[in-house]
Amino acid sequence: MAAGKRVPFKNPVVNWIDERLPVFTMMQKEYGSFPTPKNFNYLWNFGAIASFMLVTMIATGVFLAMYYTPEKNHAFNSVERIMRDVNWGWLIRYIHMNGASMFFIAVYVHIFRGLYYGSYKKPRELLWMIGVVILLLMMATAFMGYVLPWGQMSFWGATVITNLFSAIPLVGDKIVTWLWGGFAVDNPTLNRFYALHYLLPFVIFGVVFLHIAALHVPGSNNPLGIDVKSSKDTVPFHPYYTAKDGFGLVVFLIFYTLIVFYAPNALGDPDNYIPANPMATPEHIVPEWYFLPFYAILRSFTIDIHIPFTSIVFISSKLGGVILMFGAVFLLFVLPWLDWSPVRSATFRPWFRRFFWVFLISCVTLGWVGSQKPEGVPVIIGQIATAFYFIFFLVILPLLPLFEKTLPLPKSIAEAVLKKSQGA
Amino acid sequence: MASPPSSADDDGETRRDFLALTACAMGGVGACVTAWPLIQSMNPAADTLALSTTEVDLSALKEGQSMNAVWQGKPVFIRYRTQKEIDEARAAPMSDLKDPQSDEDRVKQSAFSGKEMPQYLIMVGICTHLGCIPLGQKPTDPHGNYDGWFCPCHGSQYDSSGRIRKGPAPKNLPIPPYVFTDATHITIGKTAEKTTS
Repeated sequence: MAAGKRVPFKNPVVNWIDERLPVFTMMQKEYGSFPTPKNFNYLWNFGAIASFMLVTMIATGVFLAMYYTPEKNHAFNSVERIMRDVNWGWLIRYIHMNGASMFFIAVYVHIFRGLYYGSYKKPRELLWMIGVVILLLMMATAFMGYVLPWGQMSFWGATVITNLFSAIPLVGDKIVTWLWGGFAVDNPTLNRFYALHYLLPFVIFGVVFLHIAALHVPGSNNPLGIDVKSSKDTVPFHPYYTAKDGFGLVVFLIFYTLIVFYAPNALGDPDNYIPANPMATPEHIVPEWYFLPFYAILRSFTIDIHIPFTSIVFISSKLGGVILMFGAVFLLFVLPWLDWSPVRSATFRPWFRRFFWVFLISCVTLGWVGSQKPEGVPVIIGQIATAFYFIFFLVILPLLPLFEKTLPLPKSIAEAVLKKSQGA
Repeated sequence: MASPPSSADDDGETRRDFLALTACAMGGVGACVTAWPLIQSMNPAADTLALSTTEVDLSALKEGQSMNAVWQGKPVFIRYRTQKEIDEARAAPMSDLKDPQSDEDRVKQSAFSGKEMPQYLIMVGICTHLGCIPLGQKPTDPHGNYDGWFCPCHGSQYDSSGRIRKGPAPKNLPIPPYVFTDATHITIGKTAEKTTS
């Protein structure tokens, strides 16, 4: 990794190791002297915060795994035992359970920041796509983790989500049986979800490594979205951004601990404290908040599409919803090619900026719709917001560069920073 | 022509290219063959499959009542239908149905030694939309507009034959294979071949 000339370290032990395995040289290069744009705002903290959350989840998860029993008759009780009898078990579980929400908060802010400042554009397309892979892996991991306590929402959430695959023509039912390892969500399903829930975080860890490796080739984007032109535009990562990330992390942790200690169940559904009952469906199945926008998109497709002049259903509303939901994520993959404006940052794209905010509002609206019963007004609002979601990616972004007059870009980061500090 | 030793075909392909290709192809086949048992291991295991029949005693079930059975971990709705319900189901025009199927067809397994018993409607009680369990087994439950079952999750309505009439579900409630072993006992998960005629 760090081939070429090596600067010796003063500490003889460090130096001895580094001569044989240059990890210290690598750390120094990638996190010490790494040249980083000097104009980051606090939105640039969330990558580090997300990494911190991943480590937190793995660390607490390992200890929970020492007490959890992945068997349908014992799973629920083993979680309650962690809560009541295991030393500090309640704390470890609440950190883990709310950690999932915190992880998603950090990642969603991170994604919207990338969207606003055009961080997906050349030369960072692959970096962005690897990030979407991480999001997908996180969704799978979070979903399977939510099933493990084997409460009512665990069970019925698992049933509804696995049933999505039955919408696939011809082989759908076979795939669902294969996913379940039986004919319904049952013990085999719980067992495999546990195995995968333990495995996937380490896969995420590996992909995060790739994400950071890909980041360190072109270096970070910045709020102006212009390239680094000279060393005047950058500062070394340490101590400037270790300090800034550290500060942001502490603020984030205050918020996180407030939830863990004062409102640990605020983000969850009380129904999940009822043990799973395969014979009774809860009246209102709701996923965790971080899935709500996608759940709303899933349910917004309410008509069957027929082959013209026949009654043969070509795309059922069920399949249509599934296609839309996966399509919503797939669009993120191709985003670098949908938006071809050469200007990255929304700061210099007045129309993109306006549409961005409408898009953000439509995502939040979808989240609200997903939490409502699928009838009446929320359905209509959900359909409008879903339509906008797709129009934003498929119509607005590709057409915008044709019409939009972008603002003049500053000559360099250093110049813009100096001008700002003089003006203030 | 200064070609390296032992290459030397006219089309530029060497023996080494061929060996590399076939070796990769064999490796690919090997990888697939190795993956197969792993993928297949996730399908239902032998003991899971062994639980695939359930016997149910219907003698306690009176006209207008319903009961639940469990088959393969799934709820099975068993209803002793009233004449009114049967008539309603049979009067429904096919053109009104989203997943057209006659009521006669849905209860054809309800027969013992030549005697048809269309009053027994037996079906898997799982909504074909996203797998919730519809309401309608208890007299106090909502039954939808078609004297049948109503799914609380997304509002699908099934008629007195368990056919989808309204809402997002694409299909009728599925009929499991079952067989009457005498006038009041059924085995769910078994087809009729061995016992009838």
